[in-house]
Amino acid sequence: MSAFLPLATLASSLLTAAVIFVLPEGAVRTRTVLNLAAALVKLVLVIWMARGLIAGEVYAVEFPVAEGLSFVLRVDALGLTFAGLSSLLWLFTTIYAIGYLEDSPNRRRFFGFFSLCVASTLGISLAGNLFTLLIFYELLTLSTYPLVAHRGTPQALAAATVYLRYTLSAGLVLMIGMVALQILAGDQRFGQYESLAALDPSHHGLLIGLFWVLILGFGVKAALVPLHGWLPRAMVAPAPVSALLHAVAVVKAGAFGIVRLVYDVYGIGFSAALGVLDGLVVIAAVTIVYGSVRALTQQELKPRLAFSTVSQVSYIVLGIGLFGPLGTIAALAHLLHQGLMKVTLFFCAGNYAEELGIHRIDELDGVGRRMPLSSLAFTVGALGMIGMPPLVGFITKWTLGMGAVQAEMPWVIAVLVASTLLNAAYFLPIVDRLWFRRGPAHGIGAWPAERAPSRLETSAWLLVPALVTALLSLLGGMLAGLPFSPLQWATRVANQNYLAP
Amino acid sequence: MSPLPLHLLWLLLAPLALGLLAWASPPRHSGLVLLVVLPLPLMALWLLLGIEAGPMAGRLTLGPLTLHWRLDGLAALLGLLTQLLLLASALYAVGYARATILGRRAYAWLWPLLGGLGLGLGLIWIAADLLLLYVGLELMGLCAVGMMLLPGSAEALSAGLRYLLFALVGSLTWLLGIALLLGAWGRLDLAGLGAVAQPDPVTQIAVALLASGLLLKAAIVPLHSWLAPVHGSAWTPVSAIHGALVVKASFFILLLLWRLLLPEAIAGAWALGVLGSLAVLWGGVQACRAAGLKQLVAWSTIGQLGYLMLAFPLLAGTSAGVAAMAWQATWVQLAGHALAKAAMFMAAGNLLLSTGAQRLEGLTGTSRRLPLSLMTFGLAAVTIMGLPPSAGFTAKWLWLQASLAAGQWPWVLVLALGTLLSAAYVFRVLRCSFVEDVPEPVFRELPLAMELIALALALAAIGLGLAAAWPLAALAPAGLP
Repeated sequence: MSAFLPLATLASSLLTAAVIFVLPEGAVRTRTVLNLAAALVKLVLVIWMARGLIAGEVYAVEFPVAEGLSFVLRVDALGLTFAGLSSLLWLFTTIYAIGYLEDSPNRRRFFGFFSLCVASTLGISLAGNLFTLLIFYELLTLSTYPLVAHRGTPQALAAATVYLRYTLSAGLVLMIGMVALQILAGDQRFGQYESLAALDPSHHGLLIGLFWVLILGFGVKAALVPLHGWLPRAMVAPAPVSALLHAVAVVKAGAFGIVRLVYDVYGIGFSAALGVLDGLVVIAAVTIVYGSVRALTQQELKPRLAFSTVSQVSYIVLGIGLFGPLGTIAALAHLLHQGLMKVTLFFCAGNYAEELGIHRIDELDGVGRRMPLSSLAFTVGALGMIGMPPLVGFITKWTLGMGAVQAEMPWVIAVLVASTLLNAAYFLPIVDRLWFRRGPAHGIGAWPAERAPSRLETSAWLLVPALVTALLSLLGGMLAGLPFSPLQWATRVANQNYLAP
Repeated sequence: MSPLPLHLLWLLLAPLALGLLAWASPPRHSGLVLLVVLPLPLMALWLLLGIEAGPMAGRLTLGPLTLHWRLDGLAALLGLLTQLLLLASALYAVGYARATILGRRAYAWLWPLLGGLGLGLGLIWIAADLLLLYVGLELMGLCAVGMMLLPGSAEALSAGLRYLLFALVGSLTWLLGIALLLGAWGRLDLAGLGAVAQPDPVTQIAVALLASGLLLKAAIVPLHSWLAPVHGSAWTPVSAIHGALVVKASFFILLLLWRLLLPEAIAGAWALGVLGSLAVLWGGVQACRAAGLKQLVAWSTIGQLGYLMLAFPLLAGTSAGVAAMAWQATWVQLAGHALAKAAMFMAAGNLLLSTGAQRLEGLTGTSRRLPLSLMTFGLAAVTIMGLPPSAGFTAKWLWLQASLAAGQWPWVLVLALGTLLSAAYVFRVLRCSFVEDVPEPVFRELPLAMELIALALALAAIGLGLAAAWPLAALAPAGLP
C-alpha cells in the first residue's frame, strides 16, 4: 500500500497554487514554466498510478479527522477515469489559458485559483469516501468563484454570485444528505455498498429519499434541468474558464458525483432494486431534450454551447440510469468523450472571439477561410457532438442505444434520435456559416474586431490545444478498439462493477 | 490534592509580569516579543501533552479562603489556544503601533491589560470553584473594557463605557446567583456543589441569574447590543483577542455550570438553543447589512457564538453518542472560530489600514495590491462559513450529525441558514475586491509581519479542520463531565 503517489499528485497542483500566489505578478515566465511543468508532472503521475493499478498496486491514504470520520484517498479505476480526463485536458487548458490571458491583469490570481481548481478536481476523483469527496467538491466551488468573477465587470460579478447561490446551497443539501447516510450506515467508503443493502427493509423509504437528496446536491453542478440556471450565465467568464466549467472540472464533478453515488455508495444492483434508476433516466431524458431545444434558440455562440453542455452531460446520467453494463460503459466513456469534444468547441469559440471579436453566430459567415484550422477543429467537435461516425460522439450514442435495447427501454432510443436531430439542427448551421457562406474574408462586410493577421491564423498557444483535442476526439473514436481508448477503459471499469459484487 | 504546581503558576502569572515589564518599556520590535513570549505557548503545549497522565486538581489556601482548581484536557487545550492568541495579538500589536499613530501612553497601557486578560482567562479555564471563576471573569472583563477604551476617541469612550455598564450589570446578576447558591448549599467549590445541589427552584433561579449575567457578557442575542459598537472603534489587536476569546470564556463558564447544576433541565437548554439560533440568524442578517468591514466582522462574531449555544439542547438528556458528538463539535467550533476570527479581524484591520476605507466599497483593487491580506480574509472566511477543509466544517458536520441523530430537526435548519447567511456577507466583501473599473485608491505599505501573523492564524483554523482528531483525543474520555 503506497500513500506517496496520491499525495504527490494532489500536492503537484496544491503546491503550484501556493507558489503562484507567492510569485510576484510580473514573473510571467516563471509562472508559465511552473504551470506547464506541474500539468505535465501531474499527467505523468496519473498515468503511473493507472499502470500501477492495473498491476494490482493499492494506493491509499487515510487518517481520522474526528471520531467515526476519516479523510480517505483511495485510487480506483473509476476515480482514475476522471483524474486522467482532468489532468489531460488540464494540460491543454493551461496552455490555452497562458495564450488567452497574455497581457491581461491579475494573472497571478487567475493561475493560482486555476491550480487550486485542478487540485480539487483531483481530490474529487481520488476521494475514498463521501466525507472526503465533499471536502474537495466544496473546495472546487470556492476555487472556481474567483475564476468566474475574474473580469470584475458587473455581469461577471452577477454571474459569479448566481453560481455561488446554486453551488453553495447544493453543497449544503449534499452535506445534510451525507450526514444522514452516515448516521444510518456509518462512514461511507466507496465500493463497500453492502452496508446500505444490508439495512433493514424498513429503511428503504428513507434511503430512496436520501438518494434523491444527494442527486439534488450533485445535480446542480451536473446542470440537470431544472438546476442548470447557473451554467449559461457563467458564460461571461474568459474562454479557458468556460472550458474548465464545461469540460474539465465543474460539470464533470457533478456527473462524477452521481456516478460514485450510484455505483459505489448504493451499488448499481441495490439502486435498481430500490427503483431509483428509472427516475434518473427520466430526468436525464428531459434534460437532454430541454437543453437541445434551448440551444437551438440561442443566437450567440457561447450560450449555444452552454445549453449543449446541459444536454450532453445528461448522456452520462442516462447511461447510469440504464441498468446494465452497456449503459455504464456509455456513461463512463462519455465522461471522457464529452470533455474532449466540448473543450475543443470552447477553445475555438475563444479563438473566434480573440482573433475576430466574434460572439454572435451570424457573424461567423466565411470564417473558415480566415481561420481554417480553428474552423476545422470546431467542425470536428460539432460533428462529434451530433454523433457522426467515426468520432467519439458516435461511440457514445451507439453504446447508449445498445444499452437502451439491453435495458428494454426503447423510448430512450427515441430520445437519442430526437437529441441527435436537435444537435444537428443547432450545430450544422454554424458549420454551414463557417465554410459555405461568404463573409468578410470574401470582401463582404467586416469582422467586429479583427486583430492584425499573423503568420498563423491566431497565436500558437491558442491554436495548438484546439487542434490536439480535436485530433484526440477523432482518434478516440477511430481507435476505440485499442486497449487504452476511453471506450476500452470504461469497459474495464464497468466489468469490475458488474462482475465484482 | 496539591497546591498549584510551579509551572502552572508560572504560566498563569507570566503574561501579567511580561505585560508590566512591557508597560515600563513598550516593545518596538516583534522579534523581541516573539523571543520573550514564545516560551508561554510552548509551556502550555507541554502541559497539554502531560495531561495524558490524567487530570490534575488541587486547592489553594489563602488565609481563610480556599480556592479549588483542576487542569483537565479541555483546560489545557484552551490554555494553549489562549497563549497562542495572546502571542499573535502581541506580535500584531507591535506592527500595528508602527503602522498607525498610537498615543505613547495608550500603547504602553495595552501591555499590562493584555497580560491581565491572559491571567483572567487562565484562571477561568482552571477554576473549580465559583469564587475563582468570579475573580477570573472580573479580571478579564475589566481588562477587556480597559483595552477598548485605549483609542481615547469619543466614539471609543462611549462604546467602552457602555460595555463597562453591561459588564457590571452582568457581574451583579452573577454575584446574586452565587449568593443564592452559597445560601442554599453552603459551598462554592464546583465538585462539592455538584454533589449536594438539587435542581430545586432555588438552584434554578440561581442558575438563571448566573446565565443571564453570562449571556450578557457573551453577547448572545438579545443581549448583544454592546458588541458591534465596541469593535467598530477598538484597536485591531484588541478586537482580535476580544472576538476570539473573551466572549467565549463566558460561554465556557455557562456550559460548565449548566452541566453541573442543571444537567436535566431540557426546557431551559432548549431555550438557550433557541437564543443561539436567533443569534445565528440575526447576527448573519446584520452582518449582511453592515456598512463597514469591522462592523461586519463583529456581527459575524455574534452569529457564530450562536452555534455554540446549540451545545445546550444537544447535551441535555440526549444519548451518549449524540452528547459526545456535540461535545466535540463545541470545542472544535470554539477553537476554530477563535483562530479564524482573530485572523479575520487582523486581515480586515490590514485592509482598512492600508486603504483607509471605512466602507466595503473602498476595498476595490485590494486583490491586486493587498493579495495576502485579502487571501487571509478569504481563508478565515472559509472557517467562518463552515466550508471545507476547515475547523468550521468539521464542527458543522458534527453538529449536523448530532442534531439528526438526536432527531432535533430545527438545528439542521439553523445550521443551513447560518451557512448561507455567512456566505452572503463574506462574499459581499470578496466581491468588492474584484471590481476593476474604479480609480485606484492610495495604498499604504504595511509591515509584512502583520500580514503573516494573520495568515498563520487563518491557516491554523483550516488545518484544525483536518487534524481535529489530535486535540479531540485530549478531550476524551474524561471530557464529558
